[in-house]
Amino acid sequence: MNPGHPEHTALTRTGSGIGTRTGAGMSAGLGAGSGGADLADILERVLDKGVVIAGDIRVNLLDIELLTIKLRLVVASVDKAKEMGIDWWESDPALSSGARRGELGAENARLRARVAELEQRQEETR
Amino acid sequence: MNHEELLYAYAVTRDDGTPGAGDLETLTGVAGESVRPVRHLGLTTLVGQVPAAGFDEAALRASLEDVAWLEKAARAHQRVIDAVSAGGACVLPLRLATVYRDETGVRRMLADRHAQLGAALDRLDGCVEWGVKVHAVGSAGQAPAATGSSSGAGPPAPRAAMSGRDYLRSRAAARHADEEGARREDEAARGIHAALTALAEQTRIYPPRQGSLAGPSGRNVLNAAYLVRRESGGRFTSAAAGLAGLAPEDGVRLELTGPWAPYSFAGQATTGQPTAGEEIP
Repeated sequence: MNPGHPEHTALTRTGSGIGTRTGAGMSAGLGAGSGGADLADILERVLDKGVVIAGDIRVNLLDIELLTIKLRLVVASVDKAKEMGIDWWESDPALSSGARRGELGAENARLRARVAELEQRQEETR
Repeated sequence: MNHEELLYAYAVTRDDGTPGAGDLETLTGVAGESVRPVRHLGLTTLVGQVPAAGFDEAALRASLEDVAWLEKAARAHQRVIDAVSAGGACVLPLRLATVYRDETGVRRMLADRHAQLGAALDRLDGCVEWGVKVHAVGSAGQAPAATGSSSGAGPPAPRAAMSGRDYLRSRAAARHADEEGARREDEAARGIHAALTALAEQTRIYPPRQGSLAGPSGRNVLNAAYLVRRESGGRFTSAAAGLAGLAPEDGVRLELTGPWAPYSFAGQATTGQPTAGEEIP
């Protein structure tokens, strides 16, 4: 343990040995710039877990919840946040069902295009 | 204490679990400040003196929305928690940005929450948290079983040669293969969770990570935390390593993080009874 190095989280083992077997770019996608710590793992804990006690300075739960939503909006537009792996709030049911709707929408569009294409071809052969 | 300074609180421990002054000497907090104990009624809060200009209500409100600031603060916060728990003490990590005006406020908190904090420290004593994430690694081993008349090469594409019916059929086949793969991955995650739960005092399931990162990382099928006794740590990590070795056969990859202070379990101090053996939804 060497607490002197800000980027080093000695107690966190991310993907070393375990988990890199498949070579799927874990380290490329997560924990950019850190000494192995995955920022999303840390934020998941320090922001979202731990003992919640009101301090004298009021940064209340609602603020933190707002924060995650705001951050999500930031993430949608800022590559840096993506590099850092900040995206756990995308699992918010309301938001992820939105994502699923998007997927269905895209497939619908593809199918509609295909139908139009087929109809046109039929027209032409007539 | 003057009005230009506030106290940022990191964690609560028992007095006898507090690191010595020597251990704290090299430690710096969210504002690069040194960290010191505030003791009251047998409990200790680790605090750092931070500038009011950066940590009063308005400043925090703005800073918390600054991703770069947030990263730096989160890492510093975690670094202090790590350093304190490295000594083997039971540590209750406080949520990021718990700030007091002065030591009186910190002592009042220790008095007000004495019973809850004490109960949590007793419950979590001798335990650490391990994090496990399981990702689907994609369809390398599961070629889409295209049973249609199209050639087997490549994914079905609505190109000229394929009839509409064949297209739909091959889409259905590909979807079926996807569903089959997803089912297998979910089952693997469930198996891993069950095996690790058997070695844990308690478990917590986080929402799976989704979104853009799922590309390189693969669909996150399990994101869980396990409360494990320190002396069982070796057994837990060996089991995780064993499961990680077998995981590729089921199309998944296992990632272990930790040991963490018991973040995911400490919060129960304020929310009532722990729920052991939580099921994957």
